Amino acid sequence: MCGIVGLFLKDTKLQPQLGAMLTDMLVTMTDRGPDSAGIAIYGDGRDAGSKLTVQSHDPAADFADLDVFLKDLTGLSVSVTVKNTHAVVESSAQDLEVIRTALAEHRPSIRVMSAGNIIEIYKEVGLPKDVAQRFDVASMSGSHGIGHTRMATESAITTMGAHPFSTGSDQCLVHNGSLSNHNSLRRSLKREGMSFETENDSEVAAAYLTDRMNKGSNLGEALESSLDDLDGFFTFVVGTKDGFGVVRDPIACKPAVMAETDQYVAFGSEYRALVNLPGIEDARVWEPEPATVYFWEH
Amino acid sequence: MQTLDMSELDLRTVNATLQQQKADTNQTVWEIVNPKGSHAIAVGLDGPIEVAVRGSTGYYCAGMNKEATVHITGSAGPGVAENMMSGAVIVEGDASQYAGATGHGGLLVIKGNASSRCGISMKGIDIVVHGNIGHMSAFMAQSGNLVVLGDAGEALGDSLYEARLFIRGTVKSLGADCVEKEMRAEHLEILGDLLERSGTDAKPEDFKRYGSARQLYNFNVDNASAY
Repeated sequence: MCGIVGLFLKDTKLQPQLGAMLTDMLVTMTDRGPDSAGIAIYGDGRDAGSKLTVQSHDPAADFADLDVFLKDLTGLSVSVTVKNTHAVVESSAQDLEVIRTALAEHRPSIRVMSAGNIIEIYKEVGLPKDVAQRFDVASMSGSHGIGHTRMATESAITTMGAHPFSTGSDQCLVHNGSLSNHNSLRRSLKREGMSFETENDSEVAAAYLTDRMNKGSNLGEALESSLDDLDGFFTFVVGTKDGFGVVRDPIACKPAVMAETDQYVAFGSEYRALVNLPGIEDARVWEPEPATVYFWEH
Repeated sequence: MQTLDMSELDLRTVNATLQQQKADTNQTVWEIVNPKGSHAIAVGLDGPIEVAVRGSTGYYCAGMNKEATVHITGSAGPGVAENMMSGAVIVEGDASQYAGATGHGGLLVIKGNASSRCGISMKGIDIVVHGNIGHMSAFMAQSGNLVVLGDAGEALGDSLYEARLFIRGTVKSLGADCVEKEMRAEHLEILGDLLERSGTDAKPEDFKRYGSARQLYNFNVDNASAY
């Protein structure tokens, strides 16, 4: 069992409240997943720059003077914003890979949560309310976001095993369920050049979609093909830079509720997660059909 | 009418209050406000009371119901009216998975759609769905009636025992050992009564009946080597 929440805003006036709304939804799903929690926020678009969200178990040591350290190492100018165990490293877009490589080589205890133009991912072990509070998710603004509360069944309760998983630029995936063919799929994706941080089945699903989109599929097409290639139980909610997608396996035993108004599209593992959204009384509320892809783009 | 406000009362208090209403109660009409998708609302009722739940509910609303009439004005989460014994549960909106599962008696009316596994292992309950039902509905259904005004999803009535299935719309596929059967006068009578009690003027003649081919659950000595 896990809890998923997602919010894709159509009305830009709601953007300053995205983090607050998602936090409320996430905390409501605590009893579906008290082990760990995470959130992906697609913030304000700054197309010129890039963001690397990184994590460390020893942030005091790893993040101290990180901007100076990276400048000395690469000659590039970056800005670093520390949020608890995470930090957002901002740079110009073409410098992202240089910085990422430098971190991997010289600060190997730092782990990358997400990379892209606008995505930031925060995830840790602990109760959802504590995780949300540590990163002050409630104060974040953005156009869309996805959250997950985890009850681990498939691999260890660790920061890296928490969702969302990000395997491509500005992409993320959260999963409720369990996959049965993830080991063979991981092997074949490795041959395609994908790399993996964990033994987690959900990371394989994320990498699968990334691989499909790298090969030219849009989000909807990638989700469509996942129905043929992934075996097991799943409800996925997926984010891209300007898109938001949902798919459930054909058996569809993992719960899902969606709501749509003129202002937003919302996803919850249960209706409880949606009850405080503005205008929910008059929203179109429905259960997504099995083996059916839903996606929205800005 | 007595009002129970779930923004002020916890679930156990709400349910205990309703469960105390037995056959001789004078307080027969109740409403629950601010349900906000909570789980297990109005379960285990045991008296002839009417309960209106004003809003949408989470898992297992009105489970194990006996004699009471529970009216949900919104939609219901998974397992609504699970294992109902008698009485009635009416859902104005949609119902999620396994609505009316294992029900022994009473009437469940869903005015919207029901999703997968509606009436799974039903044991005497009557279920009327005004919209569509999802896949694997009436799986291993033993007795009772499932009536659907809309369409049925894949594998309807898989491994069916003696429940009767009446579908007005299309059936995506029939499950193992489920077949279309002749609609006789006695079936039209049962169906007409259920349609009327569920508040629709749909015509029994527009439905098809499905039931068990009885090839799967009867022991057949010719298959002994397979067991």
